[in-house]
Amino acid sequence: MSIELRYEDELKERAVKALDKKATYGEDIDLSIFEEPDESETVDELSKLPREIQEAAIASGIDPTEANRSGSFMQLDHTVIYRNIQKAYGDKLEIMDINDAMAKYPEIREKYWWRAAKVDQDKYTAFSELHSAHGYFIRVFAGQKVDKPIQSCLMLQENARVQNVHNIIVVEEGADAQVITGCSLAPKVENGLHLGISEFFVEKDAKLTFTMIHNWAPEFHVRPRSAAVVGDNGVFINNYVLLKPVRSIQSFPSARLVGKNSVAAFNSLLYGLEDSSIDVGSRIILEGEGSSGQAISRAIVNDSSKIYARGALESKQDDSRAHLDCRGILMSPYGMMYAVPELLSEATGSYLSHEAAIGPIAEEEVEYLMSRGLTKDEAISLITRGFMDVKILGLPKMLEDYISEMIEATQKESM
Amino acid sequence: MLKIENLHVSVDGKPILKGIDLQADEGETHILLGPNGGGKTTLLMSILGMPRYEVTHGRIIFKDRDITHMTLDERARLGIGMMFQKPPAVRGVKLAQIADIAAHARGNNVAVAAVAERLNLEEHMDRDLNYGFSGGELKRSELLQLICQNPEMVLLDEPESGVDMDNISLIGNMINELLHKDKVKGRKVSGIIVTHTGYILEYVNADKGHILMDGRIVCSGGARDIFDEVRLHGFGRCEQCQ
Repeated sequence: MSIELRYEDELKERAVKALDKKATYGEDIDLSIFEEPDESETVDELSKLPREIQEAAIASGIDPTEANRSGSFMQLDHTVIYRNIQKAYGDKLEIMDINDAMAKYPEIREKYWWRAAKVDQDKYTAFSELHSAHGYFIRVFAGQKVDKPIQSCLMLQENARVQNVHNIIVVEEGADAQVITGCSLAPKVENGLHLGISEFFVEKDAKLTFTMIHNWAPEFHVRPRSAAVVGDNGVFINNYVLLKPVRSIQSFPSARLVGKNSVAAFNSLLYGLEDSSIDVGSRIILEGEGSSGQAISRAIVNDSSKIYARGALESKQDDSRAHLDCRGILMSPYGMMYAVPELLSEATGSYLSHEAAIGPIAEEEVEYLMSRGLTKDEAISLITRGFMDVKILGLPKMLEDYISEMIEATQKESM
Repeated sequence: MLKIENLHVSVDGKPILKGIDLQADEGETHILLGPNGGGKTTLLMSILGMPRYEVTHGRIIFKDRDITHMTLDERARLGIGMMFQKPPAVRGVKLAQIADIAAHARGNNVAVAAVAERLNLEEHMDRDLNYGFSGGELKRSELLQLICQNPEMVLLDEPESGVDMDNISLIGNMINELLHKDKVKGRKVSGIIVTHTGYILEYVNADKGHILMDGRIVCSGGARDIFDEVRLHGFGRCEQCQ
C-alpha cells in the first residue's frame, strides 16, 4: 500500500470518528437536513452567466468581466463551472479544481491536504472530508509577483442544499499574490449550509493577501474552517468581510507562524443585521523566532443580531509579539456583542497584548458633525463608515473602493 | 442678523441663562466676557442649537427667522458656525472628509487644500478628526472647518485658550478673515467671541462687548471699553452694578 493511500485511509478513519463531534462554538447544525446540490453547467465566460448569478457574484466582490483580475475560479453548487488565467499570468500561477489538481499532482494530498486544518476538528471538517465536492487549488509559482487579484467565487443556487468545498492555496518561495474569494447565493436561495475548508501555505519570503467576502441570506448557515502555515519571512494577511444577514456563521481561522520573522494579520469587518448570529475569531500561533501577528476586528451590531468577536494569541517562541484590537458599536438595544480576547504564552520573552471596546456611537461626536451641517443620519453614517475602515485590510485601492461602496450600501439599507 | 429675546436656557433641568437679550447686526463682532460658570458657553451652544441646551423661554431670531426650535444641522445649514473650545475627536472620520463636506455645502466652493496650507494642516488632513491633536492644532482644525463652512454667524468659544504664542497670531489672522475684517464696507459676517483672557483682542477688532454673569448680561458697551474695565477691575464692579 502506498504512503498516499495510507494517509487517505487515516484521514477517512479520523473523519468517521469525528462525524458527531460538535464544534466548540456556534449553534449545532443537523447536517442530515440538507441535500447534495445538483450538477450545474459550465460556462466559457463569467459574463455569460445569468444576470442574477452575476449580480450575486458582484455582491461578494467578484468581477464577471475579469478586467482587473489575473485569474478566476467559480464553483456553482458542486460543479466547477469556470476557471481561467489571464494570458499575461499563464506562467505565474495555476488555478485548478482541487480534484483535478490532486489527480495531476498526487503529492498535493500528502503535502497539503489537511496539513494546516484538522480533519477531525469537528463534524463539519469530518463531513467535508467524507463528502468532499471540489473547491480550488491555487498555486503561485516561486518568485512570481501577481499584481492583479485572483478571484474565486463559491455559490449555491438551490434552497436547502449543502455546499462543501476544500480549497488549497500555495504561495511558493518569494511569490506574492492577492486572492479574493466571494461566497454568495443566488437570489432565490433562503436557506442552506456552506462548509468551506481553506488551507493556506505561505512559503519562505512569500506573501499572500486573502480576502473573503460573504454574502448570505437570513436563513443560511455557514461553517468555514480555515488555517494557514507561514514560513520564514512569510506574510499572511487574512481579511474577512460580512455585510449581509445570515442565520449563523461560526469561524475561527488560524495561522501557525512557523517560520523565522513570519507575520500574520487578521482583519475583520462585521456588520450584524436582522437576526444574524455571528461568531468569528482568529487565532495566531507564534512558533517562529521573531514571528509577529495582529488581529483587528471592527463590528457593528444592528437589529437583534449577535456578534461574538473572538481572538486568540498563542506564543511558543521567546522573540515574538502579537496584538489584538477588537472594537464594536452597539447600535440596537436588541443586539448583543461579546468580545473574547485570549492570550496564552509559553515563552518568557514573548509579548502579547489586546485592547477591546464596545459602546454606542458617541452623541457628542454626532452633534459635532451636525454642527457642520450634516443631518443626524449623515453624521452617523460618516462615523460608522469610518469605523468600518477598509484601510485596515491593506488592499489595493480598487478593491478598497469596492468594499467601501458595499459598506455604504449596507449602511443605507440598515438606516 | 441675530436677535435674542429674553432667552432662558436650562441644562439637565438646571437653569443657566436667565433672560438674555442681545442683538448682533450684520458685520458686527461682539465679545462676551464673564467669570467661569456665568453662561457664556451656554449662550453660544444655545444659539448653535445643541440639544442638551433646552430653551425654556424666549426666542432666537436669525436672518429674520425664528430658529428657537430648529435643529442643530438646520441652523448650521442656515449659516451658523461654531469654533468649539474642546471639540471631540472622531475616530475614523478624516479631517479632510469633514472639511470637504463643509466646503461644498450651502453652495460653498472653498479650496480646502489652500486653506489647509495656510493653517499648516496639510499633514493633518488624512488623520482622524481632532484625534491626538495638540491645543494649537485643535484650534487650527476648528478654523479650517469653519472657513470651509463659510458661516454668516461665527461663534468662537475661547479661541485663544491652549494656544501658544507662535500660533495665536496665525489664529487671530484667520479669525479676521473668517469675520471678513478685511472688508470695510459690505461686511456680511457677524461674530460672537467668548474670551477669558482677552488676548484675542490684540488681533481681532470687536465692536461691542458684554459681561455675562449668573446667566444675565449685566453690562454692555464698546468692546475695548468693556475689556479695559475687566482688565483693570475684574468683575467686582460688575457685581456691584448688578
